Amino acid sequence: MEGLIIMEKYRINPDNGLEFGLYTLGDHLPNPNTGERIPAEQRIHEIIELSQLAEQAGIDFFSVGESHQDYFTTQAHSVVLSAIAQATEKIKIASSSTIISTLDPVRVYEDFATIDLISKGRAEIVAGRASRVGNFELLGYNLRDYEELYDEKFELLRKINEEEVVNWSGKYRAPLKDAHVLPRPKNGWMPIWRAVGGSPTSAVKAGYAGVPIFMAHLGGPATVFKRTVDAYREAASMNGYDPEQLPIATAGFFYAAETSQQALKELYPHINEGMKKTNGQGFPKQNFAQGVDPHNVMNIGSPQQIIEKILYQHELFGHQRYIAQMDFGGMPFDQLKRNIDIIGSEILPEIKKHTRK
Amino acid sequence: MKIVGLSGSIVGSKTRTAMDYTMESLKRQYPEAETTLIDLADYQVQFSDGRNYLDYDGDTKYVTETIMDADAIIIGTPIFQASIPATLKNIFDLLPVDAFRDKVVGMLATAGSAKHYLILEQHLKSILGYMKAQIVQTYVFIEEVDFHRKEIVNHDVLARIDRLVEDTVVLTETYQEIKQKKEDQYDF
Repeated sequence: MEGLIIMEKYRINPDNGLEFGLYTLGDHLPNPNTGERIPAEQRIHEIIELSQLAEQAGIDFFSVGESHQDYFTTQAHSVVLSAIAQATEKIKIASSSTIISTLDPVRVYEDFATIDLISKGRAEIVAGRASRVGNFELLGYNLRDYEELYDEKFELLRKINEEEVVNWSGKYRAPLKDAHVLPRPKNGWMPIWRAVGGSPTSAVKAGYAGVPIFMAHLGGPATVFKRTVDAYREAASMNGYDPEQLPIATAGFFYAAETSQQALKELYPHINEGMKKTNGQGFPKQNFAQGVDPHNVMNIGSPQQIIEKILYQHELFGHQRYIAQMDFGGMPFDQLKRNIDIIGSEILPEIKKHTRK
Repeated sequence: MKIVGLSGSIVGSKTRTAMDYTMESLKRQYPEAETTLIDLADYQVQFSDGRNYLDYDGDTKYVTETIMDADAIIIGTPIFQASIPATLKNIFDLLPVDAFRDKVVGMLATAGSAKHYLILEQHLKSILGYMKAQIVQTYVFIEEVDFHRKEIVNHDVLARIDRLVEDTVVLTETYQEIKQKKEDQYDF
């Protein structure tokens, strides 16, 4: 019973089936086919428009990430999210992720509670540790404190969510004495997720704390990520939480075209060239080609293949939300629009039909 | 073809001497190749702290980016305490796990004792394999006795280095053909 309340608190109704979302890292990369990069202004407006189109197509969730590096443009992701909050009416909006380690949890909470009010109760926070770590030097933190900064600040963020008047002291921030953190979100509380990258350890930590996870993956067999899901649930259960009632979201590359060949052809240069610029290494063609395999976690292919993949992943993970990343690497906006059309008209109805209770 | 020579120690002169000859041999045999020698003694490279290599600056950024940009690398290293020197290990630690994917790596070692002959075989090769290098299987092992006043005086060593250079370039060309053939299988 308490479990059901938890799921409801996180604004998830399992009866509605698997939620479908979109996420952007807010990358700002040239289109590899033309070598041209749209201005930052245009990229930000396109992200906002993407959220509106997603909403119109019936997509449940839209999120924007924070990376303080070259080739990114949503460093101030909460500001972009507040524009999205105003531009949309019903889609859930979140960060993907907020790098809580190098921010002040009080300010983050103030920002997101405000976004929650602007959006009339649709905002969520996904807090991560950063996979690109430019933010540490830029914002004046020591990379050696990577783990500890996250753990302490994430804990504080969650405390602020639970308690309107906060008393707290820690190592990386001035103590809080009877601090009244305002405004409060619409319902006094908002969903906060832990962003989990490749490391099962991070998922285990979330499990111990009874925090929902937002798992992002590049590629590989879905069964590999099932181990992370299992480890998460086991840790939750060891600490007295009902794992069946803790929401899980998965996130990864998505691209639909008429055939899987076409999808690979249209997507590959964006991923490969984009990763070279942001991570220093491309994506090997051999591994990418395996992405269309029905058991691979990358959702690339024809609409029918993608439907089957998402349903297979849902059967495997039993997750509540799938979040697609399709705008990486300077993907032209008309291709994004076409993908949203396919999601709305072909993919979503099938996914909902088969996962709705 | 971009080939980087990496002289992996800041101690002594034998490895640098061997690497100088290697670069000379490379230019003589393959004048069209684009070559760069990085002698770690010439750079202030910081210890790896776990960040992505793109996030370093100064010499550390230059050294890692130059290596990441290469098609082939020839590593020269002394052997200390029956292993590679910390300076060279640090370069590996600075790079991503799959840093040598699609790269050919050849190697030579200088050592004070013949007892160290298998260190490259059993120690360096396993690191390179983990980092996904295409390894030139035959390496050159040079002993102290082969040097005199910063020159290699053993003609057999010079011939072996010439062969290492040739093996590295031929394997790089061949590997690029293999890779191309592999990629051509995919229609994207």
